[in-house]
Amino acid sequence: MNRTADVVFDLLIALLSAALVSSVLILIYGQSPLRVYSLMMASTWGSTYGLGQVLFKATPLCLTGLAVAFAFRGGLFNIGAEGQMTAGAFVAGVAGAMCGSSLPGPIGVLVVVGCAGLAGGLVGALPGILKASRGSHEVIVTIMLNFIVSAIVLYLGKRTFFVEETTHTELLPEAMRLSSLGLGGSAANTSLLIAIMACVFVWIFNRYSLKGFDVLALGQNERAAKASGVPIGKTVVWTMTLSGALAGLAGVGFVLGHKHYFEEGMGRGMGFMGIAVALLGRNHPIGIFLAALLLGTLNHGGFAINHLVPREVVEVLQAVLIICVAITMASNSRRTS
Amino acid sequence: MLEAAFSLAFLFQVFRIAMPYVMAAMGGIYSERSGVVNIALEGKLLAGAFCAALGGIVFDSAAKGILCGVVGGVVVAFVFGVAVVYFKSDQIVTGIAVNLMVAGLTRFFLKHHFGSTANSPPTPGFDQSIVLNPVFWIAIAIVCLSYVVINKTVYGVRLRAAGEEPEALRSVGVDVSKLQLKSVLIAGALAGLGGAFLTLDNQAFVAEMSGGRGYIALAAVIMGRWKPLWAGAACLVFAVAEALQFHMQTYDVGIPGEFVQTLPYVLTILLLAGVVGRSNAPKSLGKT
Repeated sequence: MNRTADVVFDLLIALLSAALVSSVLILIYGQSPLRVYSLMMASTWGSTYGLGQVLFKATPLCLTGLAVAFAFRGGLFNIGAEGQMTAGAFVAGVAGAMCGSSLPGPIGVLVVVGCAGLAGGLVGALPGILKASRGSHEVIVTIMLNFIVSAIVLYLGKRTFFVEETTHTELLPEAMRLSSLGLGGSAANTSLLIAIMACVFVWIFNRYSLKGFDVLALGQNERAAKASGVPIGKTVVWTMTLSGALAGLAGVGFVLGHKHYFEEGMGRGMGFMGIAVALLGRNHPIGIFLAALLLGTLNHGGFAINHLVPREVVEVLQAVLIICVAITMASNSRRTS
Repeated sequence: MLEAAFSLAFLFQVFRIAMPYVMAAMGGIYSERSGVVNIALEGKLLAGAFCAALGGIVFDSAAKGILCGVVGGVVVAFVFGVAVVYFKSDQIVTGIAVNLMVAGLTRFFLKHHFGSTANSPPTPGFDQSIVLNPVFWIAIAIVCLSYVVINKTVYGVRLRAAGEEPEALRSVGVDVSKLQLKSVLIAGALAGLGGAFLTLDNQAFVAEMSGGRGYIALAAVIMGRWKPLWAGAACLVFAVAEALQFHMQTYDVGIPGEFVQTLPYVLTILLLAGVVGRSNAPKSLGKT
């Protein structure tokens, strides 16, 4: 069978299984699964506003998914997209408010976006450096950094950057804002372009650059990579850095495009969902974009059904989906090998 | 501040805080020694905590609550274990997914059963001092027993072999998958017990109350080089850090509260970087 068709078929099976599991929860709550699911579809793909919200949610998911996939290709697990995204969003909010109108529009926006990427990259670099120099497992270190980053952001915010008595930063000047896509008054904005450009960048980088090949070699067989002259330590560090930078960019959409300030807890969960996006997208940029759309649909759909059943139903659905896809992927790789 | 840190009360507080860590870490050792990376400890703790609240309230008994917590941990472990051992799904991805699933499920049932998004009604709990609490002694017994089981029994030898050279074990006719599933279930029971302790000690379930303890327990396993006694000691170090954190907040030592709260997490990173390399891990860890 065709590989793409195979992937789609597996995904449908996984989606169906996940929907079945959450149907049980919906029934326990005394609602009709059919009603809940159709409301979910209608409130997402059924209107321009819904579609816009899906795109808005898909934007950060796409970037955190790329971040996880980028590291994963090098055999590295970046579970820290959550913290890297928060760091990026916070820095975007602070830098945007500070630069103010001192920089002309587009340049100012570029600088702020760059700062967000840099912040995420720094948070990502640390586990890379620790892994390369001390052998610390990046999974544990990135998880711990998630907690640490949110504490540091809260501290810096309360002490200096938050507006008094609130947990958000000052409103960004007009010049720093990304324009809305207009879709029915939804929050979708031009940060979607950042996500698309990042997909293209990662695709070209992975496919055509020498560095991209180093990452692949590292992920496939570290010893063989070492023997063929790939600098292992360096590659680990900058792979994690770039991965963190991608996750840092995920914070931009909320801050520059939607709320126009950074708020504590903004985009919570988008980092962890990046793992699901990378998995569903089979680590391929196009797949990741589509997977981000799917999970964006589920995410916004969850809000829409919250008055019928708790939206945790959708969280469970997503988790079961990840498990099912992980299972089908494993059985496929056994079949082919 | 210093006086408080050297008192008996402080020591008891450390023991209390250490309980969930110790039990989750012991579970982690069984699972990891058999070759299964157990990021799902976090979810098992949380499931144990919720089921303990549910059982404790329904039966109005702390002991039955504990039992329910253990069962909850085992059920979650079963889902995780079957997926990774028999279907060979990626252990870290599946573990994270299980954690997300449990977080969603517990909040769902919190709303459904108790009509709340944040916490359960008060549960039965412990009112005696920690050293008079049977669970404390059970935990100590579990640590010692784990040392004996892993090092001195046939099961222990096989467990270690499964994590080092599963093929060799298979060649002598041992069902490695079954052994691994069993170890994951043991991990579930122990982590469930740890979660139950969290709830009953707090006398209520709070959404997301595991708060990363499963991950820290996993770090303790690594720091303890996959050995029960050392991992138990590592848990005590984390418990001291957490207890100090409470005291520093109370006594205001000039360090901002947000930073003090990160003490256990920072300590994890520092210790991981300073103490251990990757050479000590079971050779086939993560490769079922």
